[in-house]
Order: sequence, then structure tokens, then C-alpha cells
Amino acid sequence: MSQPRVVVLDHGSGNLRSAERALSAAGADTVISDDPGAAFAADGLVVPGVGAFATCMAGLRGVLGHQVIGRRLAGGRPVLGICVGMQVLFEEGNEHGVRTEGCGEWPGLVQQLSAPVLPHMGWNTVSVPAGSTLFTGVEQERFYFVHSYAVRRFDLQPAPPLTPPLVTWSEHGERFVAAVENGPLSATQFHPEKSGAAGARLLANWVGSL
Amino acid sequence: MGVAVRVIPCLDVDAGRVVKGVNFTDLRDAGDPVEMARVYDAEGADELTFLDITASSGSRETTYDVVRRTAEQVFIPLTVGGGVRSVDDVDRLLRAGADKVGVNTAAVARPQLVTEIAARFGAQVLVLSVDARRCTGDVRTDSGYEVTTHGGRRGTGLDAVAWAAQCAAAGAGEILLNSMDADGTQAGFDLEMIRAVRAEVTVPVIASGGAGALDHFPAAVEAGADAVLAASIFHFGQQRIGEVKDALRAAGHPVR
Repeated sequence: MSQPRVVVLDHGSGNLRSAERALSAAGADTVISDDPGAAFAADGLVVPGVGAFATCMAGLRGVLGHQVIGRRLAGGRPVLGICVGMQVLFEEGNEHGVRTEGCGEWPGLVQQLSAPVLPHMGWNTVSVPAGSTLFTGVEQERFYFVHSYAVRRFDLQPAPPLTPPLVTWSEHGERFVAAVENGPLSATQFHPEKSGAAGARLLANWVGSL
Repeated sequence: MGVAVRVIPCLDVDAGRVVKGVNFTDLRDAGDPVEMARVYDAEGADELTFLDITASSGSRETTYDVVRRTAEQVFIPLTVGGGVRSVDDVDRLLRAGADKVGVNTAAVARPQLVTEIAARFGAQVLVLSVDARRCTGDVRTDSGYEVTTHGGRRGTGLDAVAWAAQCAAAGAGEILLNSMDADGTQAGFDLEMIRAVRAEVTVPVIASGGAGALDHFPAAVEAGADAVLAASIFHFGQQRIGEVKDALRAAGHPVR
């Protein structure tokens, strides 16, 4: 069986090389690219992101990433968002009172967590729903988080026969969305590419599903 | 439950080799940084920190190469500090594969650097390294602690606690609090200093300097540290990462 081709979208944000190496180690033929055509054609698209929501969203628009994501999903082609690359999939970000429109693939607002120590930095546990593909074999593991903002409510509950999204939660000061699996669209608030063996397994699970 | 206390081995790197001295003198060679990074990863280190103590700027390429080779093999967060003077230096380290960058002397010389780095890359990449000592002689600060630079060789007269708070407000995502009095003594962390900084900042605090026995680590966490960093005791196998985590767990602190 040939290796699935994965593009790590270069929109100017994130430690792209880490994501590239971790995906290669997980069995994907991985390239970093800012080319919308390559991003559309790949078997899997990874949208990384660190820093501010507004900056990440602006970078994403700069390479037509929001359009590529939308078209891929319309055709059932897998997309994986990581950290701020997950946050921008939601409707809106609110950082320091500045509201920024996101990709709007999921309803929800990205807001600052209410916790005594921020950023939420380090290895935390997750609460994984039954039936998860991403977390198969690593349901009990800790993953590496670095963020101050998160989504605290996930309201999308489509009517049958559509499958409801699988939402994984974590907690830092309050409960927040740690990962979502929703048909071709998956995302993690933590960094699987920095989460050691547990993260490697999660990425291998995703690559294996392509 | 909750986020785990991070146990972070620190590798002092000089021209591509790991060294660690007592109070920053009497350097001893303890190995290849990439190899040691792999060993620490396998032993359960939660992050790695490289402190580049290379004196000559001409050897910076060696550092980038070490960072590159480490990031190719080790999939846990990597912080690199030492000699970082500009936004361009940060950019180069991040491109080489660092996840976070430690800044110390250059921020003291030009505090605006903190804001510049945070604005460009986000607060999460910036670890403000504070080398602090108790005031002695004529030096007086409100907290009783003074910031030093150049590996503890120069006093600045700056209040260490106020400096940490100022930088956290300006965009530092984390404070690496290194006690120059305790560093290398293996007599335990400066718990009072950890408490003083914890009371003034809401970003994570990494305790550093003085670790020598297993019970020093839970004490640092109880004083307010979110993470603990040590060098010599790990390098020479005095204590293993797993033993430190067992000690933390036994004291009721979450670990990975």
C-alpha cells in the first residue's frame, strides 16, 4: 500500500518542521506547502497554528486556506487542525476584546480560559468519547497543550442520519474542547507532534484513516 | 488530575557539547546533546531545555545544527536559550526546530525585546529567564532579590520579582526562575523566591537552581512552581527523571 500524501499548510504560523517530521514518522509522505492546489490535492491536509487567532486567520486567508478547507470538506477530504489551527475552524475568536471571524466549520466561540495560571502549558489528561478513531490506544494518555484560549461549549448536534461529532474534553480551570472528530474534519487543541509516543500514535491513527 | 508538573532536564551546550558546572565554573563534559535528549525523552522528560553557553558568536551555527538534529529525533517540546538578542535570533531557532526560546540578558538590556518577540511569535514561545540572587552589600530591592546577567557574573540592581511581573505583563509566556545562590549547591530550590514570584505572576513558573535530593522537587511545587528544571543531578545519573516523578506523585502532585 502506498503512503498517503499529507500537506502541512504553511500559512506563516507554527513549528511546521515538527509537524512534518512527526507525520512522516507516522507513515505519511509529508510535504510543507503554501500552495492551495497542493493543499487541495493531498490525501490529508494538516492546518497548524500557534500564537494569536487573528494573525493565524489572516495568514490562512493569505494562502486561501479557508477556501481550501471548505472545498476539501465538501468533497469529504480529511483535514486536521492543530492548536490555533483548530481554533480557526470555529465561528469566531475573541482575544483581548478583538473579535475575529473564523472559518465557521463549527459553531462556537474561542475565548480566554478562566484559570489561575495561563497559558495552559504542559501535559494534561483528556476525556475521550466512545468510538474515537484518533485516540484509539491512547485514551488514557496525557497530551501536550500550550494555549490560553479555547472553546468551552460545543453545540453542534446534527439531526439523524448525520453522525454527531465526537468531542474530547480536557480541563484547566474549566472544561474545554481538546479535540473534535467530525467526519473528514478533525482537530486537536493540543500538539500531537509534541506529545511524544501518545501523539505519534494519534497521528498514526489519523494517517491510517486517510 | 489537571495539568502535570513538568520535569525538565537542562543541557548546557558549549560548541555542540553538553557541559554543566557548579555555579557556572569548573565545567565538566557530560556528553552529546542529541544523544542525551533522546535518553531523557525515553526516560519521560516532559520538555527539554538547551542553554547555549557558547562564547563565540561564530559557533552559533553549531547550536542551530544541534537544535535541528534534536528536533528531528525527539518529539517533546524543546526550549533553547542563551545568547538570544533579537527577533531574528528567535526566528532562526524556531525554524531550526525549537518550540520556545529563552531570553535573559538581552531583555534586561532592552526590555522592548519581550514585546517584540511576543508580538511576532506569540507569548507561548517566550520563556523569560531570570537569574536572580539575594541582594548583598549596597544593593537593595523591594523583594530582596536582584536580577543578574552574564551567567550570574553581573548584578543589575533590578528587582527580580518586579522584573518577572513586568515581563509577564509585556508578553513572556513563562518565567524560568533560576536562583544563582542555590545553583550548583544541590541544597534545594530557593523556595522563598519561588513564592515571591508566584504571588506576582499568573504565567507558569519553572523553578531552577539547587535541586539535589528528591524531596526538593515537591517542595518547589508546593511553593508555587508549575515545572522543575535541573541539570547536573540528571546528567550524572544521581537521580533519574522517573524517580523525581515518583517523588512528586507520592506528594500528591500530578505527573505524566
